Parts: sequence; C-alpha cells; structure tokens
Amino acid sequence: MLVSIYRYNSEKDNVPYMEDVNVDIPEGKDLMVLDVLHLLKAEDSSVTYRRSCREGVCGSDGLNMNGKNGLACITPLSEVVKKDKLVLRPLPGLPVIRDLVVDMSMFYKQYEKIKPFLVNDTPPPAIERLQSPEEREKLDGLYECILCACCSTACPSFWWNPDKFIGPSGLLQAYRFLADSRDTSTAERLADLDDPFSVFRCRGIMNCVSVCPKGLNPTKAIGHIRGMLMQRST
Amino acid sequence: MVASVTSLGRNGLYDWLIQRVTAVILASYTVFLLGYLVLSPDLTFAQWSGLFGHTAMRIFSLLALLSIGAHAWVGLWTISTDYIKPAGIRVCFQAACGVVMFAYVVWGVEILWGL
Ligand code: SF4
Repeated sequence: MLVSIYRYNSEKDNVPYMEDVNVDIPEGKDLMVLDVLHLLKAEDSSVTYRRSCREGVCGSDGLNMNGKNGLACITPLSEVVKKDKLVLRPLPGLPVIRDLVVDMSMFYKQYEKIKPFLVNDTPPPAIERLQSPEEREKLDGLYECILCACCSTACPSFWWNPDKFIGPSGLLQAYRFLADSRDTSTAERLADLDDPFSVFRCRGIMNCVSVCPKGLNPTKAIGHIRGMLMQRST
Repeated sequence: MVASVTSLGRNGLYDWLIQRVTAVILASYTVFLLGYLVLSPDLTFAQWSGLFGHTAMRIFSLLALLSIGAHAWVGLWTISTDYIKPAGIRVCFQAACGVVMFAYVVWGVEILWGL
C-alpha cells in the first residue's frame, strides 16, 4: 500500500512536503492507521506523531486520513484506504509543530473560555451533590467528549475564526455545563456566549457530527444553547 | 464574550433572529409576487400600478425592502469577518456595504412611494 505522509521539520525544511512510502501490509489483517504509523516509524524513526492509549480513549492521535479527520488508533484501513493509497496529514487549521503534530493551544484556549468546571456557590453537602437519574441522563452524549479536536479542526467556521468562535468541541462542553443540574452559573455562562462569534458563527455545516470518533453531536448541543439564549432574551 | 461593534445588533442572538425573520418575509414576498404574476396572465399596467398603490402592498413592499437591507447587512458582515483578515480593508468593505444598502433602501422607497 502507498502511504503519502505530510512531513515538516522546522529545523531542516523550509516548507512542508508529502513523502510517499510503500508499506507492506500483512495478508489477511485489517490494521488500524496507527499500526501503519508504527510500521513507518520502524523504518524511519524521524516520523513524528502523537499517540498514547491506542484505543480511542485519550484523543491524542487525531489525524486527517484520506481527507477525513479521525483517530488513527480506531480507524481500520478497510474504512479509509481508497485505491490502495492512504494520505496522512495533520489536523487542518492548526499550526504544525512537526510532521503530524499540531499546536493545540488555540483549541484549548476556546475550551478554557467556557469554564469547563462546575460552578456552585451553595455550601457543599457532606458527601456529594446528588442528581436524579433524569438529571444525570441530560449529560449523556456530552460528557463522553475526549477533546481530540477532530471536530473543531474539521469546521470551516473554526478555521476562519479560531480566536473568536468557540468551535464544536468547546460548545459541546459549554452545553454539558449548562445542562448540569449541579451548576448554578447558567445565567453568567449564557451571557458570555451571547455575541455574534462564540456560538453564532456555527453555520450548521455539521462536519463535526460526521467526524466525531465518539459519535457525539455538537451541532445538536449548539442548537440547545441557541434555544436557551432565545428563552433568556425574548 | 467577543466584542463586535460593526454587526447589526452587536449581539449574536439578535443578528441570528433578524436573519431568520427577514428570510421568511423575503420568501413570502417573492412567493406572493410570483403567484400574482402567474395568476394574472393578461396583466395591464393599470392593474400592476394599482397593486402597488394599495396601502397593504406598500407596507409589504417597504417591509421587504428593509428586510433585504438588514438581511444583506448580516450576511455580508459575516462574510467579511470570515474572509477579510486585515481590519482596515474589512472596515472599508463593511462601510461600503452599508452605504450601498442605505442607497438602495432610499432609492426603493422613492420608486415605491413616488416621492
Ligand atoms: S466532540 Fe467528538 S470530535 Fe469533538 S473533540 Fe469531542 S470527541 Fe473529539
């Protein structure tokens, strides 16, 4: 199989380039893309990428594989390879540090903006703040996000305004805390989001939904935030 | 909260809502006009100017005209903030759009109300 991989080393290269490598895939096995990267690295140890858990839990190996973002560790070759060719690029829209490794600061800055923690000024109970099963259920489809950035880096609105638009991942998390019965700062959270960029730059393109490796739906969460903003101000 | 002084309502929800409401107005105006044209095959000038002389039609037309102005402002403002990165050029583009839209609205009013 032909693997075309994005290479860039700021100490050696003036501009990034694509390197074509032929990789022998063992017969009768459906490897994951991450396994292919391991095979590449065995041949050329300078190939650089992030990885950690290798089972879709840590969110480190988000990549653009044949044009679509996803986690290399849980994407089988049978799903992405077309015409015996695999093109590997870093997540689009973020500055490249080296090869497939991108600088995620902008992504984390947006995450930080939505205050990703519970705010509650009432005195804490002796053991824990309880939720009813129904209240807890509201967090399903939200808390599972692993911050892999596949969605935000697939979003054209995030590409154009990564400093102002929170992006699908951050907004999914914003809604996760808006929907939490234990959080008491709903009003402040909504006030922080009510400008023309933070939420409303979402144009419903839904790339986020199509790439999320955890099967989450940021567009739906954004719709809920819009609904809450509407309820608050009309 | 991201500050923004050149958007129509300076508030995300307001711009969003304006965009939707004006879209509905523009769609109904277009459908109404097309329907009128289809349903009156031998339309005379007297009929046509009579339609626009009607107060209800004047209100509807003015509403559509203002809707176009607002709808275009929100839309072009959004496009300019997506694609035009240098602030100077962006502000000039937004100002030019504003002037053009204002001119069209005034011109439209003049045509409709025959001032
Ligand atoms: S919503 Fe999905 S794609 Fe986006 S960061 Fe979370 S897990 Fe990754």
